[in-house]
Amino acid sequence: MAKVLMKGNEALGEAAIRAGCRYFFGYPITPQNEIPQYLAKHLPEVGGVFVQAESEIAAINMVYGAAGAGARVMTSSSGPGISLKQEGISYIAAAELPCVIVNMQRGGPGLGGIQPAQSDYFQAVKGGGHGDYKLLVLAPASVQEMANLMEKAFNLADEYRNPVMILGDGILGQMMEAVEFKEEKKTSQMEKPWATTGAKGRKPNLINSLFLDPLELEKHNMHLQRKYDRMAKEVLWENYKTDDAELVLVGYGSSARIAKAVVDQARAQGIKVGLFRPISLFPFPKNALQEACKYAHNVLTVEMSLGQLVEDVRYNLEFKVPVHLYGRVGGMVPTTRAVLEEVKRWVNGDQGVETHENCL
Amino acid sequence: MKTVYDRPETLTSSKTHYCPGCTHGIIHRLVAEVIDELGVREETIGVSPVGCSVLAYNYFNVDMQQAAHGRAPAVATGIKRVHPQKIVFTYQGDGDLAAIGTAEIVHVAARGEKITTIFVNNTIYGMTGGQMAPTTLLNQVSMTSPEGRTAIPQGYPIRVSEMLATLQGAAYIARVSVHNPQEVSKAKKAIKKAFELQMAGIGFTFVEILSTCPTNWGYTPKESLKWLVDNMIPVYPLGVKKMPEER
Repeated sequence: MAKVLMKGNEALGEAAIRAGCRYFFGYPITPQNEIPQYLAKHLPEVGGVFVQAESEIAAINMVYGAAGAGARVMTSSSGPGISLKQEGISYIAAAELPCVIVNMQRGGPGLGGIQPAQSDYFQAVKGGGHGDYKLLVLAPASVQEMANLMEKAFNLADEYRNPVMILGDGILGQMMEAVEFKEEKKTSQMEKPWATTGAKGRKPNLINSLFLDPLELEKHNMHLQRKYDRMAKEVLWENYKTDDAELVLVGYGSSARIAKAVVDQARAQGIKVGLFRPISLFPFPKNALQEACKYAHNVLTVEMSLGQLVEDVRYNLEFKVPVHLYGRVGGMVPTTRAVLEEVKRWVNGDQGVETHENCL
Repeated sequence: MKTVYDRPETLTSSKTHYCPGCTHGIIHRLVAEVIDELGVREETIGVSPVGCSVLAYNYFNVDMQQAAHGRAPAVATGIKRVHPQKIVFTYQGDGDLAAIGTAEIVHVAARGEKITTIFVNNTIYGMTGGQMAPTTLLNQVSMTSPEGRTAIPQGYPIRVSEMLATLQGAAYIARVSVHNPQEVSKAKKAIKKAFELQMAGIGFTFVEILSTCPTNWGYTPKESLKWLVDNMIPVYPLGVKKMPEER
């Protein structure tokens, strides 16, 4: 298929349909509105269902119902809306239902703003709602990658019976890029014998997250944790010129693209810089990160938050390498010039005092 | 020997956790009898709420989903949109449906989702120990209205059936009671009507059932039935609040 020029949000909607998603439940919020708008128009064309819910909370609970009924289903939102959905996401994770949740991040906290940010990282990778649970979290860095990851997201959701989050941001959702969709093939979806489809000729199925017996609830939690452990093999990442890098930049999504440009600019000036880009944020590609930072004297995370990814990078490098932060927030996007200055500062050993003021 | 009374196939043999004198048991049985009579047990998917009837999934012998507090109508919407030919019902109490779940019940009715909601109104939060509900009557004592509910500032009881009957998307809205055999019989007819209209694809159907809570009201089961008649029915008058227009 030829390349087409599409907005990230629309490409994501198209990729969802191609991945066999036939049910969407959502609520309007900027900067992801083109996803529901695209699906409102195109899902009915393939016999699918689009419902604009009365609230983010209703939308995620419709996803719960549809996923429990055996459907390939998704919802999308942005920061404040994802916060509202957390109750439902916790239930979905607890009841082990497959679905895809998209978060096109915007600046926070509170109502924040509508410009791009990456400050929902913790919320995405650490669970987000109440209880011990995890989502599989995938972070694309281009419109093409967003399209590519949709089918994978739905397949992972089915395989692990777990919600999968696509963690994008306002830049990825709003920008237009050339994208090529793979030739449509009949994707065979997994059987879901556990789904509530009417108990015809079998015992009734139950979708549930209530375990009143503490021992049973602990057993269920252990079962979930073992599943999250099994997810470790699903790690995805990209290395860019890290083989000999003395300073490794780490970033995901839009920030990683800026960091990649910095790598080339630094190399042009003879500074050995590389980029490590985690694509799966949970599971985190720990071994690959350690390998990429093997010769690094310094690691610098570039993120649109004031220090979220940086904590996981420090943790996954087991505090063996100094890890620094360059972050912009509120919808402000890091510039290559500022990141390059920060790179030079660390490479030249002019370390000074590390404060958040260095980011500005 | 001819069997004249037995457990409906739609009820499991599990013993219920309901308190003595609670009318949930009667209401469960009515729903189960209706599903049996319509012959749709294997085509039915139920949604249980948070509250006393959270464990309804142990008692209804059909596919069930357990929903977050107040969210049963949204969960049911998801199920019904995936399986439009199946029969989908929610079973909810007044704390669940008329407070934290107000938005969900209003909008499921507004959309005319082809589901049935069984709304059990006993004017109190039972499971959590007898707190004031949106349906608690004026002057009624509860754990969180120890001097009796006052209109100002605690608010007036919400008449959910009358409110929903104003919505164009709602097809059938009825309030019934189960305080004596005649009313139990009428309640069953209303539940059956609601399921039949759903199966005919007419729209959203809703049956509010006045129910007792001897434990939290602090009355005997028999006194509770009288309290329901004397105090609840004047505020929550029985009857059909909305019928589909003849076509």
